[in-house]
Amino acid sequence: MAAKASGPIKRTFTPWDDPSAKPFIQFENVTKRFGDFVAVDNLSLDIYEREFFSLLGPSGCGKTTLLRMLAGFEAPSEGRLLLEGQDISGVPPHRRPVNMMFQSYALFPHMSVEGNIAFGLKQDRMPKADIDARVAEMLRLTKLEPFAKRKPHQLSGGQRQRVALARSIAKQPKVLLLDEPLGALDRKLREETQFELMDLQQELGLTFVIVTHDQEEAMTVSDRIAVMDHGKLVQVASPAEIYEFPSSRYVADFIGDVNFMSGKVSAVTDGGVEIRDDTLSCSIAAHLENPGTKVGDDVWLAIRPEKMRISLDEPGDTATNCVSGEVWDIGYLGGVSVYHVKLANGNVVKSTVTNQTRLVERPIGWEDKVWLTWPHDAGVVLTA
Amino acid sequence: MKKGPSLFNVVSVTLGFAFLYLPIILLVIYSFNSGRNVAIWAGWSTKWYVAMVQNQQLLDAAWVTLRVGLLSATVATVLGTMAALTLVRHGRFMGRTLFSGMVYAPLVMPEVITGLSLLLLFVAINFDRGFWTVTIAHITFSLCFVAVVVQSRLVTFDRSMEEAAMDLGCPPFKTFFVITLPIILPAIIAGWMLAFTLSLDDLVIASFTTGPGATTLPMRIYSAVRLGVTPEINAVSTVLIAVVTVGVVAASLITKRQEAERQRAERLAGAAP
Amino acid sequence: MTAPNAKPLIKSKFFVVFVPYLWLFLFFLAPFLIVLKISLSQTAIAMPPYLPTFDFSEGIGAAFSELKELSLDNYAFLFSDSLYIKSYLSSLQIALISTALLLAIGYPIAYGMARSPKAWRPTLVMLVILPFWTSFLIRVYAWIGILSREGLLNTFLVWTGLIDTPLTILSTNIAVYIGIVYSYLPFMVLPLYAALEKMDESLLEAASDLGCPPLKTFWVVTFPLSLPGVVAGCFLVFIPAVGEFVIPDLLGGSSTLMIGKTLWAEFFSNRDWPLASSVAVILLMILVIPIVFFQNAQQRQQERDS
Ligand SMILES: Nc1ncnc2c1ncn2[C@@H]1O[C@H](COP(=O)(O)OP(=O)(O)OP(=O)(O)O)[C@@H](O)[C@H]1O
Ligand SMILES: [Mg+2]
Repeated sequence: MAAKASGPIKRTFTPWDDPSAKPFIQFENVTKRFGDFVAVDNLSLDIYEREFFSLLGPSGCGKTTLLRMLAGFEAPSEGRLLLEGQDISGVPPHRRPVNMMFQSYALFPHMSVEGNIAFGLKQDRMPKADIDARVAEMLRLTKLEPFAKRKPHQLSGGQRQRVALARSIAKQPKVLLLDEPLGALDRKLREETQFELMDLQQELGLTFVIVTHDQEEAMTVSDRIAVMDHGKLVQVASPAEIYEFPSSRYVADFIGDVNFMSGKVSAVTDGGVEIRDDTLSCSIAAHLENPGTKVGDDVWLAIRPEKMRISLDEPGDTATNCVSGEVWDIGYLGGVSVYHVKLANGNVVKSTVTNQTRLVERPIGWEDKVWLTWPHDAGVVLTA
Repeated sequence: MKKGPSLFNVVSVTLGFAFLYLPIILLVIYSFNSGRNVAIWAGWSTKWYVAMVQNQQLLDAAWVTLRVGLLSATVATVLGTMAALTLVRHGRFMGRTLFSGMVYAPLVMPEVITGLSLLLLFVAINFDRGFWTVTIAHITFSLCFVAVVVQSRLVTFDRSMEEAAMDLGCPPFKTFFVITLPIILPAIIAGWMLAFTLSLDDLVIASFTTGPGATTLPMRIYSAVRLGVTPEINAVSTVLIAVVTVGVVAASLITKRQEAERQRAERLAGAAP
Repeated sequence: MTAPNAKPLIKSKFFVVFVPYLWLFLFFLAPFLIVLKISLSQTAIAMPPYLPTFDFSEGIGAAFSELKELSLDNYAFLFSDSLYIKSYLSSLQIALISTALLLAIGYPIAYGMARSPKAWRPTLVMLVILPFWTSFLIRVYAWIGILSREGLLNTFLVWTGLIDTPLTILSTNIAVYIGIVYSYLPFMVLPLYAALEKMDESLLEAASDLGCPPLKTFWVVTFPLSLPGVVAGCFLVFIPAVGEFVIPDLLGGSSTLMIGKTLWAEFFSNRDWPLASSVAVILLMILVIPIVFFQNAQQRQQERDS
């Protein structure tokens, strides 16, 4: 799964690397079928206590289905689902110590904000005084005190989102499931709320499983990210590992921007590899993550655009890790500019440059001949 | 691009409403005519209303109609809501096509057929005809109207609200009563009102299925009309129209006020931090 | 929902499906079978006025032997007497013409409503529905006072000098058309309005932007998009209109032939229940195709909505 070259990445909370740690939630070979359609395909996954876990993947890949199985709205067609080592497959949703925050918020329109937050507590027949205290606490946590008596339709989108959150954490569930909780918010509010969510998770010590479409959001909030495709897990790893050591072209492409260079392995050295491609003027030297790679294998080198150095001057060594081309397009994004460079073989390679100077002083322009170079350890060699 | 409504649209809507309302307005006006001839205005009078309240047969019939209406509308609302739940929530089940056919067909079935077939059923099983048979007949056709009204609300119902309730620990059965029912209640009330007025209104089916002692108001009016137009019928009609109009207008004003309040509150919420 | 958590629900779910199902089966479907059976029976001067009665108290065997007494005589009679065939044809004709009239009158009203300022629309819809809440019988009755020889319309027309001898409108088919159009107008306008209101006004702007003149836009954009409403409205008025009784009875004359009226007379005046039943069976057979169409359209609509 995750690239094992995790040396340079510093982490403090890594129970998944600790063989003695007990997983909190376990999917064991879970398959979910809707008729003939396989929405979740023989999936196994461990999630640890207090983890902030993200599910990321294209639309329809089965993220919501996975959450709904955890919440109890769908039963797995095959396989087992364990919570703290107990099989919960037969437990109906209203008896599971798991709460969900719905994408549509699903606030009860006929109840006030207080009523919504207290709903779950009332189901537990908690004493009235305790309910009031907890509701007040939740209102404070989510800064909703001024709106306690309002009905959901009298709130703005962001306020509704916070009510939904308050309602789902009021019962202090062991696991909180969040299905695209911030999808309906505008960008700025979403970024603020991401940090609020992280603080909340720390403060309450809960386990969060969050579904999101937004890769930046997943990178920001998560301890680990699972990238899904067609009901299968493609890679499960920390944000940095996913970004720096993607396990396949699919993951590399899905998270962030990436350049691929294809070729055949021409030599394997100690911890490194040489790749050649006839259409390329240079050979490629790279670190090798995959020990099984042999001479003659088809491989791809994935390099993030910010790791491609772009220059108007010809570098000293043009034989390895150096290509030249013509600036085809410049994407100005404010903080950075993306240069699209067309190589002699027709491929376009992207290079990102931080705009440290004002626009007028930028030296590289359209149709300039430029050189792109990169260090040995900048890219990842992928075999799939 | 905002234009006012075109002349053609204004004229067609105005003429349409004139056509719909003029006959009713004339009917109401002539209920206050002191003369017997409906076309000749002979001065204001309320004597036909006095005659109406002294007509015991008419009052008896009104009482029967009211009882049938209240009872049948209530039962039809319960059954119709169940039928709507079945249609919307129960995907495929054995006999579904037959079921939806039985729900939709009575909406358009000519009343003479429904009435005749129900009567023949009651005769075949030797069921004494009267109050109960009329009530059963009214339940049968109005439950379908309730089902359609409630169903159109249910299809737009966000089921994640029910899931949220269960997720928070509410058992399924209770969820229906504390979440689903309150939310679809306006549609259920509308369904009840529709069922009630359909029952008040029905002549044909009641005529077939009724028995001694259970003559309904429409039946009384019908037999009076057959004998000719009299201002007394206009008076009865005016009272019925007034009752229904007040009911419907009040109901719609209440929902309108709630809507306005909601919008005001939403504007407030938009301004809030 | 899913297998494990559905368990406690099973009973209540079954109950929810079963009760209305049973009710409709007993009081809507089963009666048709009885109608069919009685339409094959003989008239008798008794109570109930038909034979055989299938009295099971005399044993299954006796009931079975009575089965042989069933016959198609009533149907043979229906087809031999031109009154019935004429009634059916005339009912269909009146319903068809009324439906066409309703469409022609209802469409501009619905269109005008759908294009009216947004704030007015709920009020306009309520104004269309309101007469529908008031008694059907009363609304038909209102027209008697207007259309009769000494009625308000004639008085008015004579007073204006447009005519000098009163017109005979009541007790003719014209009065029946007026009555049907008047009573069924909300049923036509509401589905049309629903379809037209849903339509995005930017479609019209797009069409005119692409160079389509307004009248043509109506025919190539508006009308096709409102077709579901047209279909729903037409079925909703055509089917009940075929079997209409009150309107032809009160507004029509002795020459107005409609099958609802014939059935009523056969049943209440002639007390010929078997013949009335066979009239009903044939009427149902005529209507079954449009009813199935209507039901399919409804179901499709529902599936589209959900
Ligand atoms: N009740 C259902 N019946 C049939 N198919 C379903 C059902 N629920 C989900 N699916 C199918 O399962 C697949 C996965 O659905 P799911 O909702 O889990 O996707 P998702 O990853 O959450 O997508 P999105 O990002 O769009 O929310 C989809 O192809 C969907 O069509
Ligand atoms: Mg989803």
